[in-house]
Amino acid sequence: MMQINPIDRSRLLDMAWEVQRKKRHIGRDDITKIAQEMNLSRMEVEGVITFYHFFHRKPAGKFTIYLDDSVIARQSGYDEILKAFEKELGIPIGGVTQDELFGFFRTPCMGLCDQEPACLINFVPFINLTPEKVSKIINDLRGGTKPSKICDTPKSTVQYTPEVDKTVFFKPYNNFSALEQLKSLDPETIIDFVKSSNLGGYGGAFFPTGLKWQFCRNNESDAKYVICNADEGEPGTFKDRVIMEEMPELMIEGMIFAGYAVGAEEGIIYLRAEYRYLKKKIEKLLEKYRSKGYLGKSIAAKEPFDFDIRIQLGAGAYVCGEETALIHSMEGLRGEPGTKEYFPVERGFKGKPTIVNNVETLAAVPRIFEMGLEKWLSLGTEKTPGTKLLSVSGDCKNPGIYEIEWGMNMREFIELTGADNPKMIQFSGPSGTCLSEADFDRNICREDLICGGSVMFFNQDRDLLHILKSYSNFFVEESCGICVPCRTGNFLLNKKIEKLISGHGEKKDLNDIKEWSHIITTTSRCGLGQMSSNSLEDVIEKFPEVFKKSLSENTDFNKAFNLEDAIAEYDTIINEMTADYE
Amino acid sequence: MNNIATNTEMVTISIDGKAIQAEKGQNLVDVAKKNGIYIPTLCYFRELNPLGTCRICTVKLNGKHTTGCTVKVDEGMEIEVNTPELLDNRRAIIEMLYAEGNHFCPSCEKSGNCDMQNHAYDMGLTVTRYPHVFSDKIVDFTPERMIMESNRCILCKRCVEEIKTAEGKDVFSFVQRGVKTRVQIDYEQEKELTEAEALHAMNICPVGAILVKGMIQEQPFGERKYDLLGKDIKASPDSCIVRNEDEKFIVATTSLAGCFGCHMSLLDIDTEILDMIDIVEFNKSPLTDIKDFSKRCHVGLIEGGCANSENVEVLREFRKRCDILVAFGECAIMGGIPAMRNFVPLEECLEEAYLNGVTTEIGANIVPSHEDIPKILNNVYPCNEVVKIDYYIPGCPPNAQHIWKVVKSILLCEDYSIAHDEFKYD
Repeated sequence: MMQINPIDRSRLLDMAWEVQRKKRHIGRDDITKIAQEMNLSRMEVEGVITFYHFFHRKPAGKFTIYLDDSVIARQSGYDEILKAFEKELGIPIGGVTQDELFGFFRTPCMGLCDQEPACLINFVPFINLTPEKVSKIINDLRGGTKPSKICDTPKSTVQYTPEVDKTVFFKPYNNFSALEQLKSLDPETIIDFVKSSNLGGYGGAFFPTGLKWQFCRNNESDAKYVICNADEGEPGTFKDRVIMEEMPELMIEGMIFAGYAVGAEEGIIYLRAEYRYLKKKIEKLLEKYRSKGYLGKSIAAKEPFDFDIRIQLGAGAYVCGEETALIHSMEGLRGEPGTKEYFPVERGFKGKPTIVNNVETLAAVPRIFEMGLEKWLSLGTEKTPGTKLLSVSGDCKNPGIYEIEWGMNMREFIELTGADNPKMIQFSGPSGTCLSEADFDRNICREDLICGGSVMFFNQDRDLLHILKSYSNFFVEESCGICVPCRTGNFLLNKKIEKLISGHGEKKDLNDIKEWSHIITTTSRCGLGQMSSNSLEDVIEKFPEVFKKSLSENTDFNKAFNLEDAIAEYDTIINEMTADYE
Repeated sequence: MNNIATNTEMVTISIDGKAIQAEKGQNLVDVAKKNGIYIPTLCYFRELNPLGTCRICTVKLNGKHTTGCTVKVDEGMEIEVNTPELLDNRRAIIEMLYAEGNHFCPSCEKSGNCDMQNHAYDMGLTVTRYPHVFSDKIVDFTPERMIMESNRCILCKRCVEEIKTAEGKDVFSFVQRGVKTRVQIDYEQEKELTEAEALHAMNICPVGAILVKGMIQEQPFGERKYDLLGKDIKASPDSCIVRNEDEKFIVATTSLAGCFGCHMSLLDIDTEILDMIDIVEFNKSPLTDIKDFSKRCHVGLIEGGCANSENVEVLREFRKRCDILVAFGECAIMGGIPAMRNFVPLEECLEEAYLNGVTTEIGANIVPSHEDIPKILNNVYPCNEVVKIDYYIPGCPPNAQHIWKVVKSILLCEDYSIAHDEFKYD
């Protein structure tokens, strides 16, 4: 049964999507077929499919509904919407109606935090849901209307930009204008330029972009790749979505610059499945670039070059935002992070030198060339020149996108958002840091408070333990499972937080939490695990009263063990059995 | 070495402050080993493509945590291996693996030949600091020749990476994600393996997850892989008992959900028990047949976990009446054999025991229940999930010498040493 010319494995996710789009699930026979065509064992394909939560092995409904259950959704009326759906559909979340018309599932943050509660139905968005709206949607769908006919267009308000000459992203752009500069610049000059700009990875790691490009360029190879990481999954962030909605040309041109600089012929946008509704629009735009000769064969430049871009759709896995996991996912593997033996610039996609850059990083590139180095460096701070996009949500008057100049004072920023006396600010997402009042005089920049893009406000009435529980649920759900500290450590921490919430916590539990967090942080394989307990540690340090009030003195008895609860099942069984005898 | 290698570059690194010369690019774990420094590993089994999954070889490289198996040595590297923090991390990872899976050593075919168990012995591990998860994954008997016991699997990925068919296809694959991740055998491909390849799969499994039917070698004690390797465990009690010189120590014992095997082992010290009686007075205990506590005790020895309401009450009574509680035997420590029912719904357990089992009378239709009969708990609980336990003595049953050494050292406040062959989980 050896296939003579097996299909390239990197097509696996696409093939799985195709099957699922037609049948709403991927059945046993489909897996067998894919396995045969790719010359793989059936179980290997099964392993890939079951890794991604948007792939279903059982029918998931003609209309598949994913309700966002992020921490922001939960404080924006999630419970009410959940009930409304369950009532309309007559099934609990996680279920499929008997006629297989509707499947109803939860999903982590899908990048719509400023318009929650929100859901996707067949991957088109519905925002600002109310029970009435839910009822109408379900009625319309039952009546035969297509989701795409009645869906919303999520428009995020760009709430703030600096004065126009200091704005980088959100101001008008003449398409192709920056690309004209390629005609007079050779790749080395471009790399030097990007290096001098001090641009760092806007996904949150802030690795120097120019240096990454340099490494990739220096590695000789017959093929190289430029990957745009559009798998923005950190809860609370949606800035990349807004770039792709409002200024996708900047991202595309950034990729063209990168391709020219490192010597790559192929660029790939790894788009998270939650943003599938943007795919067509970007593809149309790519076609435009192709027709104008800015993509394809011998693109006009000082050294004419070939470069094209395609989109690879993800399938639901937060960990794929990690670059090595992302590359594995593109190769048709499970999205498990690598061992870091090699960097992608040495061995990346298909073993070839690869750069992976965030959408925002790439979008900044044409702007820097447009405004010139001097202007760019005059913005922001020394270590972080330029501006940064922040996605703002939660307890504030003006959620949306803020383009701020690096170095802005936190208090000034809080005032802009209209957040009234926040108790805690989740900065850079759950794997970032928690800010308390004491941090509000700090400045947003590399020298002080760095941010990948997510800012969530929580007011004085919010219960931080429940927020931590929500984060923990997220990490348990999204851990790839390859290393035990992340896989099981987070699961056990989650149980501990549950114990604290139930009021059975003792002082020693707090010590356990600190100790276990430290172990997870220092031994996990990738950033997901290493940063998964950041918020927990921050809250312990900065909001000690949260734990003080819920922890009692140590005793010799585990209060979480309740004898009544432990024998309840037995009592029920015996009651039922004895009822039978009579 | 230098006279053979012409194009190899020698570099100097430091491990725990000791300067070491090594060939550039060599694997750190191997370099350390050659220089007499032991970095424990579990998933690592070949230099090419280290897997980096188990994390127990975590070291500090120039101040940053990373796995030793993925480090290629280079000039000037500063490596830390045996700092208190790293030693505890390693121990914590092994404990976490024990807590997440079902490692019932007394009933495991691989016991004595298990890499993970050997690490735990080396570390002197008596209990895990984490609550047991009691994993309920599939035990797959379907493959023609193999059994995959996913609840023992530590997801090291050795089998996934190493075992391929002649056509180059995978036989073992990871499926699902997060805590649900498990290894699944592809039945079609499994048939393609030769006998030797199948055995190889079982042998490279560092635990007892992959078994080849009919080929499970049950070796007697003393002849298993790790029976003779290993070191003695040295420990000392945490605090000392205060008492009047002329008084004897008061000890109580009980057997909860256990088989009394641990109590039998208690008696196995033969005539030494006479020396013991000189300093110890037994209070409530099956050995004395004293049913109720008549005075406060210095030490309480607990056999067995909690399977019913009476077990819980007795255990709580012991906690109240004894200064120090010692859990002895696997059942008290982690639930043991009785806890194997935690994967079966309680109703099915009762039906099997009283209605449909092979030993029940035909026509049996009553599950005994009466206010005087203890009620069965939903799960079997290790003792430390109900009350605080101070010391643990592993084994099934624990070795008699081991028990008395620990008890004596607690009573007399002395350091003690347990020989490798006395320290066992099975």
